Amino acid sequence: MTTRINPALIGFTALVYVFLIGPLVIIFGAAISDTSYLTFPPQGLTLHWFENIWAISAFRRTIITSLQIAFLATTIALIIGIPAAYALNRYRVQLPGWLSTLFVLPILVPEIVMGFSLLRSVNVDSGVPIFFTLLIGHTLLVLPYVIRVISAALSSFDFSIEEAAISLGSRPAKTFFTIVLPNVRSGVIAAFILAFITSINDVSVSLFLTGPGISTLPIQILAHVEQFFDPTIASVSVLLMVLTVIVMIIVERTLGLTAVANTK
Amino acid sequence: MVESGGDYPRSLIEPGAETALQRATKDMKRFAGWIMASPATLALVIFLILPVAATIGYTFTDPDGLIAPYIWYFESAFRRTVLWRTFEIAAITTIISLAVGVVTAYVVSKSPPWVKSILIVLAVFPLLTGVVVRSFAWMIILGRNGILNNFLQWIGITDAPIGMLYTQGAVIVAMVYLFVPLMILVLIGVLENIPDDVVQAASSLGANPTSTFMQVILPLATPGLIVGAVLVFTASFTSYATPHLLGGGQQMVMGTFLHQRAMVAFDWVGASTIAAIMVVITIATVLVMTRIARKLNPMAV
Repeated sequence: MTTRINPALIGFTALVYVFLIGPLVIIFGAAISDTSYLTFPPQGLTLHWFENIWAISAFRRTIITSLQIAFLATTIALIIGIPAAYALNRYRVQLPGWLSTLFVLPILVPEIVMGFSLLRSVNVDSGVPIFFTLLIGHTLLVLPYVIRVISAALSSFDFSIEEAAISLGSRPAKTFFTIVLPNVRSGVIAAFILAFITSINDVSVSLFLTGPGISTLPIQILAHVEQFFDPTIASVSVLLMVLTVIVMIIVERTLGLTAVANTK
Repeated sequence: MVESGGDYPRSLIEPGAETALQRATKDMKRFAGWIMASPATLALVIFLILPVAATIGYTFTDPDGLIAPYIWYFESAFRRTVLWRTFEIAAITTIISLAVGVVTAYVVSKSPPWVKSILIVLAVFPLLTGVVVRSFAWMIILGRNGILNNFLQWIGITDAPIGMLYTQGAVIVAMVYLFVPLMILVLIGVLENIPDDVVQAASSLGANPTSTFMQVILPLATPGLIVGAVLVFTASFTSYATPHLLGGGQQMVMGTFLHQRAMVAFDWVGASTIAAIMVVITIATVLVMTRIARKLNPMAV
């Protein structure tokens, strides 16, 4: 059935999309403007502001920290999240109902409260170094996404395949890695991308978990904006967007295309 | 029930023996389940529940009385204003995002497939871009020498730049910008879950598109709308980067106030009190609204 849509509604939707995409275009324009202040449309084209990112050591350091934290937090979350998602799906009847509620708790608790509480309890009271506290915070932040995405992938998995492998003599651990995991590969890819992007863009958890020499890129951007309002910020923003897209492409290429090739 | 015959082994027939066997496998499965779930469970208990509980518990250890920090919070007009402003910004953001989201999601879900997939990708891309980057874009637009001020001066509406940054309006515009894509994506899912035959029945019985939308689609979508609204409300209520960049010190909200108490004033009791108020309001909103959403679901009758 095709419903005729009111032209006014189509016009409104077009405006909404201009509103959604416009500001991102403006950042791109401001990043390549040959002026010492932020402006749009760009006046003269330059890549100077991109070079400037690397010239400012604080940006250089925080880009590396952000990438390290995002990669480690995502990996740890996958290592502890995949078995948890598996248990929730495979042993749903045997495990208490509150367990799945527990796993969405990091979404319910305000991120900023999580960051502040980790600073108080884990860093100040227990003396865990700030880098590891930051890593713990990011791991918890992305864990619910990992568990939810992998659970969704597992919910369509036929566990009788796994039982067949075990009854034919395959050890449970081997079965998990050779039968279960390859079948939810697309879920793992999606979880990795989502978790990585969430971590690398996070402000609220990282806000309290930065110390001397350790800060993340979004926090550094916030600090920089307060002092300078120059196109460097726009170019860092573009860099962050490009980084996001590159991660998506790399993960898709390394895990995704092989998965597609294998199913053919 | 069939009477048990003599030839069968007792253990296969007697219910008691069967349950013992079942119980053994059940225990084994529960054990396996717990082993696999335990790393994530422990991480959440040790690094989320205990620290947040410690923060909230800390507010009840004041020597001046059990609820002294809360009396401190609510006796100041300034602090009450911060809470009210946060609530107001979150509520207005939610209502605008909901209205814009419903119309857009409706049009997207009715579009031809290829248009639909492009529109969905265009809504996902801003979501993948960070909060800081997207809030920063609005600083370029709303600043004193920003695009909007330049434009207004160019067409002659104003001679001098208007101070739009650091107002409540600036915070709300940027927040709506943050959450509209999320709302669109949630609501496309909600609208596509509405059975097509219900909508067809309405129009074949003579309802025009407007009354079909108002009387059939909207009531069916209400539980989904509430879920989307809860997501946006709690996220705006607890946000930090957007009110910090676009509201500054003049438009203090709970998130920026918490940071200011903890990291500028080093008032940890005050910061913990603000954190506790945020946790209670967020969780209460989620619990109450999801319950209402469940009750309002007309398909569940």
